[in-house]
Amino acid sequence: MTALDEAPLSAAGNPIGFGRMHRKEDVRFLRGEGNYVDDVNLPGMLHSAILRSPYAHARIVSIDTSAALALPGVHAVITGETLAGLGLAWMPTLSYDTQAVLATDKVRFQGQEVAFVIADSRYIAKDALELIDVEYDALPAVVDAKKALDPGAPIIRDDKEGKTDNHIYDWEAGNKADTDAAFAAADVVVTEDILYPRVHPSPMETCGSVAHMDPVTGKLVLYTTTQAPHAHRTVYALVAGLPEHKIQVISPDIGGGFGNKVPIYPGYVCSIVGSIVTGKPVKWVEDRAENLMSTGFARDYHMNVSIASTKEGKILAVKVDVLADHGAFNGVAQPTNYPAGFFHIFTGSYDYPAAYCNVKAVYTNKAPGGVAYACSFRITEAVYAIERIVDCLAAELKMDSAELRLKNLLRPEQFPYTSPTGWEYDSGDYEKTMRVAMDIAGYDELRREQAEKRAKGEYMGIGISFFTEGVGAGPRKHMDILGLGMADGCDLRVHPTGKAQVRLSVQSQGQGHETTFAQIISHELGIPPEDIEVIHGDTDNTPFGLGTYGSRSTPVSGAAAALVGRKVRDKARLIAAAALECSPDDLEWELGRWFVKGDPTRGKTIQEIAFAAHGSLELPEGVEGHLDAQVVYNPPNLTYPYGCYICVVDVDPGTGQVKVRRFIAVDDCGTRINPMIVEGQVHGGLADGIGMALMEVIAFDEDGNNLGGSFMDYLLPTSMECPDWELGETVTPSPHHPIGAKGVGESATVGSPAAIVNAVIDAISPFGVRHADMPLTPANVWRAIQGRPVRTDMAVE
Amino acid sequence: MQVTITVNGVEHSRDIEPRMLLVHFIRDELLLRGTHWGCDTSNCGACTLWVDNEPVKSCTMLAVMADGKAIRTVEGLANGAELDPIQKGFMECHGLQCGFCTPGMMMTCRALLDGNPHPTEAEIREGISGNICRCTGYKNIVAAVQWAAENPATSEVTA
Repeated sequence: MTALDEAPLSAAGNPIGFGRMHRKEDVRFLRGEGNYVDDVNLPGMLHSAILRSPYAHARIVSIDTSAALALPGVHAVITGETLAGLGLAWMPTLSYDTQAVLATDKVRFQGQEVAFVIADSRYIAKDALELIDVEYDALPAVVDAKKALDPGAPIIRDDKEGKTDNHIYDWEAGNKADTDAAFAAADVVVTEDILYPRVHPSPMETCGSVAHMDPVTGKLVLYTTTQAPHAHRTVYALVAGLPEHKIQVISPDIGGGFGNKVPIYPGYVCSIVGSIVTGKPVKWVEDRAENLMSTGFARDYHMNVSIASTKEGKILAVKVDVLADHGAFNGVAQPTNYPAGFFHIFTGSYDYPAAYCNVKAVYTNKAPGGVAYACSFRITEAVYAIERIVDCLAAELKMDSAELRLKNLLRPEQFPYTSPTGWEYDSGDYEKTMRVAMDIAGYDELRREQAEKRAKGEYMGIGISFFTEGVGAGPRKHMDILGLGMADGCDLRVHPTGKAQVRLSVQSQGQGHETTFAQIISHELGIPPEDIEVIHGDTDNTPFGLGTYGSRSTPVSGAAAALVGRKVRDKARLIAAAALECSPDDLEWELGRWFVKGDPTRGKTIQEIAFAAHGSLELPEGVEGHLDAQVVYNPPNLTYPYGCYICVVDVDPGTGQVKVRRFIAVDDCGTRINPMIVEGQVHGGLADGIGMALMEVIAFDEDGNNLGGSFMDYLLPTSMECPDWELGETVTPSPHHPIGAKGVGESATVGSPAAIVNAVIDAISPFGVRHADMPLTPANVWRAIQGRPVRTDMAVE
Repeated sequence: MQVTITVNGVEHSRDIEPRMLLVHFIRDELLLRGTHWGCDTSNCGACTLWVDNEPVKSCTMLAVMADGKAIRTVEGLANGAELDPIQKGFMECHGLQCGFCTPGMMMTCRALLDGNPHPTEAEIREGISGNICRCTGYKNIVAAVQWAAENPATSEVTA
């Protein structure tokens, strides 16, 4: 066992509480014995495939399924018409919009679901797709969000009664009058058009489901790639009218989620209908092209960002106008009150009084989505906007970008800090974190090296990003999804022999919950983590809660786990007192044991108490037997992790090739339950940043053809693009979280792109470049250097 | 077509369609679910296994092309209860998170080490560049290979 923190070690060598330990879930994955959805095989199971639209926008004239149905091995072909008969052709999205399950009237994006074939095998189902004859009447497509509201633009959502344009919503935050006044009085104003292009989370495992509606019992068991099994169960109950107690959603091992597995996709619904129609289990697993073209994308925010400051570099105000491209259906998954997610945390980590944003959302003929890819509900876009514009301001002021940040960072005494857009940041010591990052980087030395290289015609760049996130949605008073409050339950049972099972509402997609949640219980009760089994991902066997996304597992369920541990500890005290024939007030807790104050030899371990709780010991009045408890945790506030990232790049001006030489990441996520897992989460997010900043984009041509529909076109970072990450940490606990922890799963994805882009722009600034849009591929960097930037989200002419 | 393929030392004969991909043969015919299907285009490497001791992306090879050949999958990596050093390295160094790329990644890493028992970091990064991982950012995978290189045979790993 590797180095451990303060916690004492168990007999197996694991920390009894917090510290580094191997993951309990590892062995099954290492042996190839994970159980992902595509690994689920039920007796008599049938397979399926989805016919998808080749057009971005077209009217469906007719669908002839007769030849497909005649193919041997085909059991059924379901179309929108079939579903309409069941009232299931359309389903609600998590944003109170509707989405076609299978198209009935029109197709509205390339890759949209048109028909569903059920057959003996995946191969036969795919053969049958070729035999379905769909006649389309092609329509002009709306591809560019900037043209979506033009007069005469084709109306995408004519299914909505009275809809005469492609507008979805306008939303604003902050104080416009104060902001305008601050801008009017400012010495310096800098404005930039900044695109956060459409990208895709692309977990290695695509989406899928195995549905089994038992025709005898009427019970539906659905194995599915979901980050939110309980929320999905409720939505199925509401949509399909299935009784909720007869639905069991099982989210087995999940091969990465990153927000891609929060929405309910048509394929899931079709597999359920398919099982009802055939009376057999039906498996649906999409291929990579389907995943890239039809499931929840991320970003697609066109941002006009302005910053106002004094000539000395004191920031006075920031404003952002956003044009948000939501695709053909508003399918974002986020708290109801926040249609633009938490974008209005764009004021960032700096101290200034005025800010305002306006978000205008539109439909386009592209796949739905928007909130995904570890974005913490659009904080990714917010951090990118503020960190990019701060660098633009530094360039305008001819000031070092680190100096400008240090001059404006919030100070420790300002916490809890209420931001100009209404957030209450819980804790932070920002300058300390930034200084740690600058020390690791050797910032001054890097700047000297850069000056020397520039003199020789070499283009090295240094980029900084300082981010603050608000994660752990959230307080029920403000936050719900489809009316479901964002509180999460946790159940703990300590068995007679002192071994325990803890049941979670959240679901791991690789975050290591089976280890960290055992460590939380271990920390509270002193039971070794190897004696604690974490049960999750099965709605029949876990308490209700909204699931894992937005970095909410540790802030919400982690708090629930700590509190349920304390509840059991309190009960154990009463039982220990009965066993020791003393008053509970006379007892004192040490890790794993209640003992008599002043007489440490007289005590009961948690294991002894557990046995007594199940035994014949006479329990005090009002104390029930056994040793278990339940908690539902309603967070009082979000937690606010933050960090400072520094990126060093070398750019070849002849080719536009960017080499990320170093990347320094100093995160403050409060208490670290298992530092090894925290570091792993950060590493992964940094790789995401490399991908988004330099490689990834889902672009479209003017007809709405998706240009990123395979991994040959949608480029993900490999070991060659990623440097050897250099990590540091500061620890500023959250004052309101039971163990002081903040979420960290998305921090690096949120914070890193700006550091990389800032570094590249810094490198090529001698060419007069102040901004260029992601992805900074060699071609796009070269064009920026030439002074001929192009729209990175559209096909290049 | 009739094929006979030896997988992890066990001979399997099946009558299969000529178009069946090797990854589907391994997963759906032999029910060895450790080899994963990730992209269809040889880009991600989740389906990496060995054919006659060479790592191959099984999503772009037909099963019939493996007729008469010897295949090793992740299920054949451990020696009974004893994990292979590369498996131990992944655990020691936290080289996996969701676990989906892990089997293919380990098959690539094992082959790398068999050909080059003491690779440099640059050699490791190049060696695994055909396998995509979305969770780890690769640093700990590189460390896992280095760990396995330094601990080639026996080392205790506990869960």
